[in-house]
Amino acid sequence: MKFDKNTYMLLETSSFTQKALIAGGVGLLLSVIGAFMDHAQFFQAYLTAFTFFTTIGLGGLFFVLIHHITGAYWGVVMRRVAENLACALPIMGLLMIPLFFGMHDLFHWSHVDDPHVMHDKILQWKAPYLNTTFFFIRGIVIFAIWSWLAHGLRKLSIAQDGGDAASLGKMRRLAAGGTVLYAITVTVFAFDWLMSLDPHWYSTIFGVYVWSGGFLASLALLSIMAIRLRNNGAGEIVTAEHTHDLGKFLFAFTAWWAYIGGAQYFLIWYGNIPEETIWFLHRWEHGWKYVSLFLIMFHFIVPFIVLAFRAVKRIPVLIVSISSLALFMHYVDHFWMINPTFNDNHLQLSWMHFTTLLGIGGIFLWWVSMKSGKDPIIAMGDPKLQKSIEHTVH
Amino acid sequence: MSQTLGALARFANPAELIEAAKKIRDAGYKSFDCHSPFPIHGMDDAMGLKRSPLGYIVGGMTLAGATIGMGLQYWVAAVEYPLVISGKPFFSWQAFVIVTFALFVLFGAFGAVFGMFHLNRLPRLHHPVFYSDKFAKVTDDAFYVSIESDDEQFDDQKIQEFLSSIGGTDVELVAGE
Repeated sequence: MKFDKNTYMLLETSSFTQKALIAGGVGLLLSVIGAFMDHAQFFQAYLTAFTFFTTIGLGGLFFVLIHHITGAYWGVVMRRVAENLACALPIMGLLMIPLFFGMHDLFHWSHVDDPHVMHDKILQWKAPYLNTTFFFIRGIVIFAIWSWLAHGLRKLSIAQDGGDAASLGKMRRLAAGGTVLYAITVTVFAFDWLMSLDPHWYSTIFGVYVWSGGFLASLALLSIMAIRLRNNGAGEIVTAEHTHDLGKFLFAFTAWWAYIGGAQYFLIWYGNIPEETIWFLHRWEHGWKYVSLFLIMFHFIVPFIVLAFRAVKRIPVLIVSISSLALFMHYVDHFWMINPTFNDNHLQLSWMHFTTLLGIGGIFLWWVSMKSGKDPIIAMGDPKLQKSIEHTVH
Repeated sequence: MSQTLGALARFANPAELIEAAKKIRDAGYKSFDCHSPFPIHGMDDAMGLKRSPLGYIVGGMTLAGATIGMGLQYWVAAVEYPLVISGKPFFSWQAFVIVTFALFVLFGAFGAVFGMFHLNRLPRLHHPVFYSDKFAKVTDDAFYVSIESDDEQFDDQKIQEFLSSIGGTDVELVAGE
């Protein structure tokens, strides 16, 4: 790819787009073969990759929303990239459809004919919410809301490139209401697709936990994309000052993720009620302890210490390294949330975890790459752009 | 006994002040400062200031705070006054994380505030530039450069010529006790 300084367009993206599509196709094809071999395993792996990329797209949408609401100028140069990330959400909505066929394999509460569920007072009480029909409707509605927000904001932003001065106010108003919708829908997503895997268990902070990890991962991806832009001719627009601020965000949200995860753990540990502690017990026994400790070590402690240093936020190779670690750990986090529910007596990683990741990841990047090549990669019509380019960190 | 403590020169606007700072830096002066009613972007580089060591002070303080926080609770709960609370082990580190975190932040904040005071040599009740009558305008609309007499290159005569040559007006020597 190559950045055109006159039109702010990203040229020659087609080779990457093509490669991503091929990777996605191959990954999905192998995964489908896996589905015929072991469908339960397939759906577990597919769900992990699905929530992994959906939360990254959600992080991109949050980046856009928060920039419009606060009127922040430093990140204007990266706003279009985040808009492109958010625009992968409709595709993730399509990739959700296969999961509807895996309800029986994934969600214990969906076994309505099973006597265990029929005589389970808690599940019967939760049934008005946790039933397959309402679950499908919620899934479709939340993805529709995200797609509407992501596309609406991007469309207005493109109109702004063309000189439409009114879109600034429109974007701000859409973002203000959108943030409220975002908070509710992300919580619904986390509760439905991740928390209800263990339908007896509940944690009110769970939505925030899922969101914080997703936003962290999307900041990591944005940092890598910023470096890619810098290396491909956009160095005068996306500078070390911007990666520095992205790095500060990365630092802050590393701490924030640990803060939320710690708060969730802490109250459950203090209360010590079996119906709550079981979730952490599943993530501690039979080898899962090592995954839990690995998560604390490399999702929080190591990046927290490393990101405290200035050089890590300014030197490209260090930025890419720490961001790659953050993305990898985001997958470990989702693996850790999903897998112990099914395999609480042994640690299990299947080859389908790799193929689904490749498949969904390929489709995700294919779409983002296509969006990136279609319109200017910098929000060139934003009145705050010049200030953003000249932005310096103290 | 009155003696020369430094020299002052006034500049018209922030851009000129930055240019002056660069020239003074390039001329090799070390003990000089710029004064303006508001912070000016890029002044640190223009003056050739090094990065502040404040971050390391804060970092050290946070580690000290966390160690003290965890250590104190360990000593109280597991060594000196071991009490069983809600059936949990004496050293329940989970419960201690909150106070540890609180002291981590508190010590960090102290490090930032008092470290900043120390590096800025505050509190300081008087400074040679206050001997100048015109200098008070710097809190309103004036942009000043001061060079202190403890600088190796300082010379009463040459310094005034130098400050005039780089575009300074109202050049004066400050003398006081």
